[in-house]
Amino acid sequence: MLAVNGVFKTFNRGTVNEKTALHNVNLHLKEGDFVTLIGGNGAGKSTLLNCIAGLHEVDSGSILIDGKDVTKLPEHKRAGILGRVFQDPMEGTAANMWLEENMALAFRRGQRRTLKWGISGKERELYRTLLSRLELGLENRLNVKVGMLSGGQRQAVTLLMAILKRPKLLLLDEHTAALDPKTAAKVLALTEKFIGQEKLTTLMVIHNMRDAIRFGNRLIMMHEGRILLDIEGEAPSKSSPLRTCYSVSGRPAEPNLPMTASFCLEFFSRKTAGLFPSGGAGQKDDNQGKGKYCLPLPACAAMFHQSDCDKAAPAGG
Amino acid sequence: MLQILLAAVMLGLLWAVMTIGVYLTFRILGMADLTVEGTIAMGAAIAARAIIGGINPYAATLLAILGGMAAGLVTGLLHTKLKIPALLSGILTMIALYSINLRILGKAILSLLRLETVYTVFGGLSQIPFFADAGIGHLVPVIALGLLCVPAIICILYWFFRTEIGCAIRATGDNPQMSRAQGINTGNMIMLGLVISNGLVALSGALIAQQQSFADIQMGIGSIVIGLASVIIGEVLFGKNSFFSRLVSLVLGAITYRVIIAFVLELGMPANDLKLFTAITVALALSLPELKSYLRPVVTGLKGGAKNARGKWSL
Ligand SMILES: Nc1ncnc2c1ncn2[C@@H]1O[C@H](COP(=O)(O)OP(=O)(O)OP(=O)(O)O)[C@@H](O)[C@H]1O
Ligand SMILES: [Mg+2]
Repeated sequence: MLAVNGVFKTFNRGTVNEKTALHNVNLHLKEGDFVTLIGGNGAGKSTLLNCIAGLHEVDSGSILIDGKDVTKLPEHKRAGILGRVFQDPMEGTAANMWLEENMALAFRRGQRRTLKWGISGKERELYRTLLSRLELGLENRLNVKVGMLSGGQRQAVTLLMAILKRPKLLLLDEHTAALDPKTAAKVLALTEKFIGQEKLTTLMVIHNMRDAIRFGNRLIMMHEGRILLDIEGEAPSKSSPLRTCYSVSGRPAEPNLPMTASFCLEFFSRKTAGLFPSGGAGQKDDNQGKGKYCLPLPACAAMFHQSDCDKAAPAGG
Repeated sequence: MLQILLAAVMLGLLWAVMTIGVYLTFRILGMADLTVEGTIAMGAAIAARAIIGGINPYAATLLAILGGMAAGLVTGLLHTKLKIPALLSGILTMIALYSINLRILGKAILSLLRLETVYTVFGGLSQIPFFADAGIGHLVPVIALGLLCVPAIICILYWFFRTEIGCAIRATGDNPQMSRAQGINTGNMIMLGLVISNGLVALSGALIAQQQSFADIQMGIGSIVIGLASVIIGEVLFGKNSFFSRLVSLVLGAITYRVIIAFVLELGMPANDLKLFTAITVALALSLPELKSYLRPVVTGLKGGAKNARGKWSL
């Protein structure tokens, strides 16, 4: 569904501010994959999403969505097959336009816009039904300017707009980060509901590790423009928080060791945060291993205290 | 008195067309387009030159509109394709238009005296004794045309900005990032907005030139400020609730501006100070929100106890 092949992106090339934000990123998503993407500040997560969406041109490499090479397509021409929600609730909607007008804009994504009426009566009914699925009482407020809605409501609306024309790929960039915890949880729940119902291929950046493990069937961690960790979930059931690290270690984890995804993540996040001495525990092998990290798990497990792992693993993990 | 007032209404109606054009770029696209300073004179110049050349005044006015649209397109191309900042793009076109307008006019002022204009059709109205006796006979044909033209423009724009393309233009001005994410070619929408806006401004210039019976190379100077003043007066005095009422408020704003000017002139302000007066008015009006926020801490302080500011969004 999505193929990112050897993408490099450097900002401000040739200046003192030169910054390589993406370094040989390879990423392949299958139809229906729900991938969570984590990494520290400046890891390149947003840059990766923005390159896929066409905000930035990549320096080299290629990006294919649904088999179609979009590397050179401008942003608005890719929009028809993408759905996007941004971190800032202000960014995803037009504040001075009515709720229904915003929905109507999304409804025409990827279509030629003409001199036809901007919104039809039939659509209004559709929007009402869809908005009622948000359970925020917005179905009766079609003629309210979106700027009058709260951030959480706007984010929920943006999400709805993103999936209104079923996108081939849904890109969510920390779309709950600006919300208070309760609202964030609600919006995340909605996100999961929609993705599940529509079986959307999704790439979701998220800063909360616990949620990163809880959602999706695959987890990717980026660091300094590279994909450091790529955990394919062997989820026995969708709700199971336990993700083994098969694809990391290349062999099954031993059952009595706490080799859950959260464990690996804890390890890596400490390492990338500089809390954990580097070297010894694993070595980078991102050329042959397609950005995956070869990690001798037992070795690194030994470097952890059990209590740390308990803390890192979500309840039931 | 009635004469002064009606003259102000007449001018206001003609400048309202220009005000609507300024509104499109300033409020809908969110950019200050200085092209209009050149376009308004260009509209006047093209219409005058064409009428003198024996072209039907309506066709001449249409030519003026097309000229204005072309000017808007140039600014749009400079801005969206060559990535020159909007303000500078407008200035570049405006300066270029000065030379072009001089070429069209051939000299600084071109007289239209005793030539047929768009108002000639309504000439019969000025003979009606009721108007003639009140000494407003010469104003009535212009007002009549204005009263036909301005509502028509409002209706067309009201319809247009509800269509798919119109909504896309509004979205582009409101949130370009979101618009691109919804598949809108924002560059094209900005260009289209500039084209429509400058077409209207040129129309206004053509109508003004025919009303005052001459086209003047200096005519555009300060027109953007007059346009902005009218937009703001309209918003402050007549509200900005629905799109339709906003369009109407622009016309009322333009008329009010002319009435105010007529009033201060009547009070004895030298005509040479007009532009200074207008500039100060606009500066004050534009800084209102900022002035309010300066005053807010004082006000809340007086009320006692600041509310807990919530950094995070909630449902
Ligand atoms: N438009 C830009 N111009 C210059 N540098 C940029 C630009 N966008 C991103 N960068 C740089 O690229 C690097 C990666 O940034 P990016 O926004 O992708 O990080 P991120 O993983 O999304 O981080 P965060 O969690 O803080 O959102 C950073 O060092 C950032 O400073
Ligand atoms: Mg980011």
